[in-house]
Amino acid sequence: MNELELAGRVVELVARLGGTDAQAEVTVSRGELALTRFANSAIHQNVAESAVEVRLRLHLAGRTATGVGSAVSTDGLRALVERVVAATRFTPPDRGWPGLTPPTTMPAPALWDVATADAGPDERADLVRAFVDAADGLETAGYCRTAHRSVAFANSAGHSAQGRTAEAAMDGIARAGGADGMARHCVDRLADLDGAALGRRAAAKARAALDPIELAPGRYPVVLEPAAVADLLQNLAWYGFNGKRYAERQSFAEPGTAQLDPAVTLVDDPLGASGLPFDLEGTPTGTVTLVDAGTTTAVAHDRRSAAESGTTSTGHAAPGSATFGPMPRNLRLVPSGRAEAVETVGATVPPTGAVADADTAALVSRMGRGLLVSDLWYTRVLDPKSLVVTGLTRNGVWLVEEGQVTRAVRDLRFTESYPRALAPGGVLEVGRRAVRQPDRFDGVWREAPSLRLAAWNFTGGASG
Amino acid sequence: MTEFDAAEVAVQAALDAGARYADVRVMHRRYESMTARNGEVEALTQDESIGLGVRALVGSSWGFHAVPEVSDATARDAGRRAARIAAASARVPGPPVDLVPSTPTTATWASPCEVDPLGVSLAAKGDLLVAATRTMAEHGADLTEGLYQVWDTSKWFVSSEGHRIDQHIRECGAGISATSVGDGETQRRSWPSYRGQYGTTGWELVDSLDLTAHAARIAEESRALLTAPLCPAGETDLILGGEQLALQIHESVGHAIELDRILGWEAAFAGTSWLDLDRLGSLRYGSDLMNITIDPTIPGALGSFGYDDEGSPAVRRDAVRDGRWVGVLAGRDSAAVAGLDYGGSVRADGWARLPMVRMTNVGLEPGPHTLEEIVAATDEGVLMDVNRSWSIDDKRLNFQFGCEIGWEIRNGRRGRMVRNPTYTGIGPQFWRSMDMLSSEIVPWGTPNCGKGQPGQTGHTGHPAAPARFRGVRVGVRA
Repeated sequence: MNELELAGRVVELVARLGGTDAQAEVTVSRGELALTRFANSAIHQNVAESAVEVRLRLHLAGRTATGVGSAVSTDGLRALVERVVAATRFTPPDRGWPGLTPPTTMPAPALWDVATADAGPDERADLVRAFVDAADGLETAGYCRTAHRSVAFANSAGHSAQGRTAEAAMDGIARAGGADGMARHCVDRLADLDGAALGRRAAAKARAALDPIELAPGRYPVVLEPAAVADLLQNLAWYGFNGKRYAERQSFAEPGTAQLDPAVTLVDDPLGASGLPFDLEGTPTGTVTLVDAGTTTAVAHDRRSAAESGTTSTGHAAPGSATFGPMPRNLRLVPSGRAEAVETVGATVPPTGAVADADTAALVSRMGRGLLVSDLWYTRVLDPKSLVVTGLTRNGVWLVEEGQVTRAVRDLRFTESYPRALAPGGVLEVGRRAVRQPDRFDGVWREAPSLRLAAWNFTGGASG
Repeated sequence: MTEFDAAEVAVQAALDAGARYADVRVMHRRYESMTARNGEVEALTQDESIGLGVRALVGSSWGFHAVPEVSDATARDAGRRAARIAAASARVPGPPVDLVPSTPTTATWASPCEVDPLGVSLAAKGDLLVAATRTMAEHGADLTEGLYQVWDTSKWFVSSEGHRIDQHIRECGAGISATSVGDGETQRRSWPSYRGQYGTTGWELVDSLDLTAHAARIAEESRALLTAPLCPAGETDLILGGEQLALQIHESVGHAIELDRILGWEAAFAGTSWLDLDRLGSLRYGSDLMNITIDPTIPGALGSFGYDDEGSPAVRRDAVRDGRWVGVLAGRDSAAVAGLDYGGSVRADGWARLPMVRMTNVGLEPGPHTLEEIVAATDEGVLMDVNRSWSIDDKRLNFQFGCEIGWEIRNGRRGRMVRNPTYTGIGPQFWRSMDMLSSEIVPWGTPNCGKGQPGQTGHTGHPAAPARFRGVRVGVRA
């Protein structure tokens, strides 16, 4: 039985066991996640998981419950439905139930790559081999990941949908004398991962990070590379453009207000890559512009948070979104034409070791005294509304003087309000070349170019 | 076919495919959680999953494959695929892999449980969360939340060395929080901590938390915090409540003593450690008051078990004794690399994940004082409690933590409440500054420890009591 047939079978079982008034949403997902992990320049963990998940949300007699199971046999599906039907009898009333998605025209599914879906451990190992060899003797660590999923949705309102995704990602460091350099990339096709190029980049950055100096804390202009910008996007997504937090007045977002610099346009774009054309409630997904030239225009909603805010779902229902809130998972900072077009996308020849690409070099060249930051690490929110975040630099930070990288710097801790750092006047330049960064979970990514900011608040260093 | 039978089939299939060692975990887990918000139940989820994971060692390389079905055919296929994945690892080979000895064991173990958490009616559980969140709303909080979680896990472990162990582990916990929203910021108070308190025990733990009894107080504190003065900035004496100290132990000791980090196996993601094995036994980690144990035998604590996921029995060990670093969290392969003679700290968060070095119960032994005695002995300082934010560098040295609430301490007395309390420091300097330690110990449970790729969520325990630290930087802000 395929995923859509399984989902339909569960809807039928709900009608039989829960009655025709029962409202059911069913998502069936099958897939394989494989990850080849290397450390000390050798593969040390090499894993693959075949998975199936049947998720049922049921609203019955004014009460709601959710159940998830991994058994797809007749008995297994029946047990799942019986369990969830029973649970609804004992839960308190759900007054915020938003109802089911009616039959809806779906967007065309994104293309997905069968070779990526079928990739085996040898192909991942070969990419690791290329990364390790390109690091030219430096110690390396990281992973190469492939994932694919086939997902179907059906509900008892007669709506159904299906789609497939595939993704590959590589993330690695090279280590030189205690200094780390990093390179990571997320793609739709395994064939588009260049292990050797990533290994060369990581090694060049590690060598450039040797012999760092200690820098006094303070507010510095910065150029953030795409990996560091991805952290900004993640925290903005989780806390700022989360429809539930917005409804609870815990978000800084004020739609219709020019809150960020005019250089900032943020778009959530699940179908910009091999994403699913629907969410966990069957709502079609598509491009949602969250910030348009600095003006906040939208936040992400599922059906529940949308009903609470008197609007419609943007297609961001996900496991846990009823509790943690719906949030953008495929956020892109739109590249700008402000920086000079000095290289095309895909350029791999770095002007220097510290500066990984010509696009970033252009931004660095226009910074007086400031810092070039590769990556941010362990960022945590001190207050969700002001979005004050603390964290550290990682995998390379350098002092820039008069447009030139002059010295590697020891890692620094920062404590900064992200909306303040991106506020009008704060963003001096947005790069032209966006790079997609993988998340811990497949299907989640952030795409950004490098970014030059007027100031970033560093509050301490590794020496205290 | 029984779970043990399937595991035996998978082990044999891996051996037949060329593995020189293989082990298999079959796991059946039921998970239930309920959240309530502002006096209404918000979500009820019940998950049930069963599957089988095979770990195979071919030459010097590991492979792991997991399937969501326990049958002869799937077990056989999983064993073969695990061996094939291990063989592919040899394209980028490492040094030879050895395993420290583990006595083949046939055993059954179950965690203590007075009241089956899944046996308590959903209606009673819902009523508890609804009542607590309603009370907080009535006492002025803008947003009130309550949560419980239950894990009921049965697992069957078989190895090619002859282990045959089954365990039934029941874990649960709960908590509430109240948030008040101001013009530019929010303030939150929680009981007993943000995500609650958890243990490897039955529903009696949740009963003991008495959530409704604390609801009004924390709601009122969250409102009061909106207008409280900011935590002073500068260097001062710091008194930490036990819940915050538990997280301090978790982040700046527990992760630092993980042997896989020390060996560089987590370098690209979770990071490494400032600790160097050459100094195991001699390095001064903290003051003489600092005695940290690794103890998965503590009844009811969240990091307790009978056997780890390599079949090693739960054993109590020292990690820091009289301020000196003396032990690590290890698995059979990492211990062999390091030349140590013990494992026992390897777990996976489900059948689909590779077992890896994980904290068990990493806790601080108690001292001779009470919190009130520590306050009375402090001329000037800040008392902070209940974690709000946490961040530490990739070597586990530089940290910055925020707490939900603080109080000024002046002349031995607790003074004004202060908001947005934060403190920062460097691990060993901080631990060396600890000069007073309370006897009021609680085995705090952390159910959300993230590590590994693909990501795994670990359950860890941290016995901790309030303590005082001298000359700490507090009041860091944007």
